[in-house]
Amino acid sequence: MTNNEISRPTNVILHIIFIILSITCLLPIVLVFMISITDYDSIVLNGYQFFPEKFSLEAYAYIFKDYTVIVKAYGVSFFVTIAGTLLSVFISSLYAYPLSRTDFRYRGFFAFLIFFTMLFGGGLVPWYMVYTQVLDLKNSIWSLVIPMLLSPFNVLIMKTYFQMSVPPALIEASKIDGAGELRTFFQIVFPLSLPVFATIGLFNTLHYWNDWFNSMIFITDTDLYSLQYLMYKMISQADYLSRNGALIQGSATELAKLPGETIRMAMALIGIGPIVLAYPFFQRYFIKGLTLGSIKG
Amino acid sequence: MITHEKRNALDTGQRLPVRIHAKRSSMLGHLLKHKVLLLMLLPGVIFLLINNYLPMFGIIIAFKNINYVDGILGSPWVGMDNFKFLFATSDAWIITRNTVLYNFVFIILNLVIAVSIAIALNELKNKLAAKFYQSIMFFPYFLSMVVVSYLVFAFLNVEYGFMNKGILAMFGLNELNWYSEPKYWPFILPLINLWKGVGYGCVIYLAAIIGIDNEYYEAALIDGAGKWKQILHITIPLIRPVIIITTILAIGGIFRSDFGLFYQTTLNSGALYPTTLVIDTYVYNALINMGNLGMSAAAGLYQSIVGFFLVLGSNWIVRKVDKDQAVF
Repeated sequence: MTNNEISRPTNVILHIIFIILSITCLLPIVLVFMISITDYDSIVLNGYQFFPEKFSLEAYAYIFKDYTVIVKAYGVSFFVTIAGTLLSVFISSLYAYPLSRTDFRYRGFFAFLIFFTMLFGGGLVPWYMVYTQVLDLKNSIWSLVIPMLLSPFNVLIMKTYFQMSVPPALIEASKIDGAGELRTFFQIVFPLSLPVFATIGLFNTLHYWNDWFNSMIFITDTDLYSLQYLMYKMISQADYLSRNGALIQGSATELAKLPGETIRMAMALIGIGPIVLAYPFFQRYFIKGLTLGSIKG
Repeated sequence: MITHEKRNALDTGQRLPVRIHAKRSSMLGHLLKHKVLLLMLLPGVIFLLINNYLPMFGIIIAFKNINYVDGILGSPWVGMDNFKFLFATSDAWIITRNTVLYNFVFIILNLVIAVSIAIALNELKNKLAAKFYQSIMFFPYFLSMVVVSYLVFAFLNVEYGFMNKGILAMFGLNELNWYSEPKYWPFILPLINLWKGVGYGCVIYLAAIIGIDNEYYEAALIDGAGKWKQILHITIPLIRPVIIITTILAIGGIFRSDFGLFYQTTLNSGALYPTTLVIDTYVYNALINMGNLGMSAAAGLYQSIVGFFLVLGSNWIVRKVDKDQAVF
């Protein structure tokens, strides 16, 4: 058989292109990191640089001097992510399973009920009013969890997976053995469908962790700021730090010398942190999950 | 195909004499038989009714002049006035144009670049390196738009940003006020969107490419086809279904936009609105910043209705192309 590989020079050129692309993907994060460890005076003099003249860890020292705000924000983010992921996977799978059962005659109706929401919605205004006036969830941590509990896409992926991986005969057999529906679901269907549970769990973890929109419209109480929202507040109000009494105990003269630029960037890095740490694990399963979702029927 | 009635009869008749009453196969009987399944659906149904169906009644807000004294139901009807106001200003045209044009550019740009990268990745001899590149290019997808706005800010900050202090200064050019110059954003936003999303597209297309049977390439090689010919006549035609489906679905969503991209990375700068305001950000700003409920609801309803027909239409086309991929 003749060799169907690309020639050596082409291979080298492709590698060079990919190295450039990879660097492009990481460069902005490197810049933010470098800014966060640059000395403030050096920034005022030369602007943001990849290779600053003078380094300083002042920004981090400043943030960790009074870390209650950040610890609180981390706490909110972790709670919302964990509670949201568990609840949403649970509710989505409970909704997807009956839709996958061909002997359930009204599955068409319930499928329509959820997939119609992909077509039409009332829009932001009525939705906002339902959450704030009917459910009275303004400034409640549940306003960050509930809105993202059920997505038609996740239900679709789970339903398809159940249909593919759980033979109806097995469900029949389990029933003959006297197991109820719930027991069949938890002891037969669940173990056979672990990959799809993991995939949807990962999708939702990322979704909850990265959410700031719900905080933006529902939360005004600083104790309930999530990490993403805290970061948003810091970039949208350059003077947020100087206005946040919890973080600053210094006098007005000290405030003037505040290395605001570097603190902001250090804050961004603290926010990216968990994603970077989880990334190697995350992306592998994420890629598997994406290809799982794309194979249908 | 065995019908439900027959199957129920088989179930009940053959081995579950206890459930003989279900033989009636009436609606009530069927529901009773599946009461646990219904119970499983219940949390989701409650969620959908509150989160999705209750707000649908709220579209009446678009036809009312809402005031807080009378409430939603008591406020006076104004017919189509909110829509007249919306379409009388240039806003309606600007936000529609921006939304559609940006989405159009995003779809084409991301498709072409992601497919090219996926094909090139597949050709690399060192598979481990290919995996490594893929992982790195996928990374931006995992960042929230808030983080992305920091990254963009590091480059575009007027006083200290790397574009002004590093690149423009190097070429002796004048510093630019990036967050108040609308004309640059039609280039900046597609770049950010590409940077963030190309790794995702790449994963999808690479999966499709890897799925291609190697025999096609071997046959082509025997016929003397080079790499370019193989890519043009084997790879691209064979991943065409994936390309078509993702593109049509994206066209279905052309009236919706990534709120974070247009709101966060621009820092919601009013000076940039002529080229950055899209329907989603308009609806939000009208609601939160202007407190104009009627107008905001009208714009939202306009988006919902056009979006409804776009999704239905694109789904109809998907159904024609590949029935299995259709959502409805």
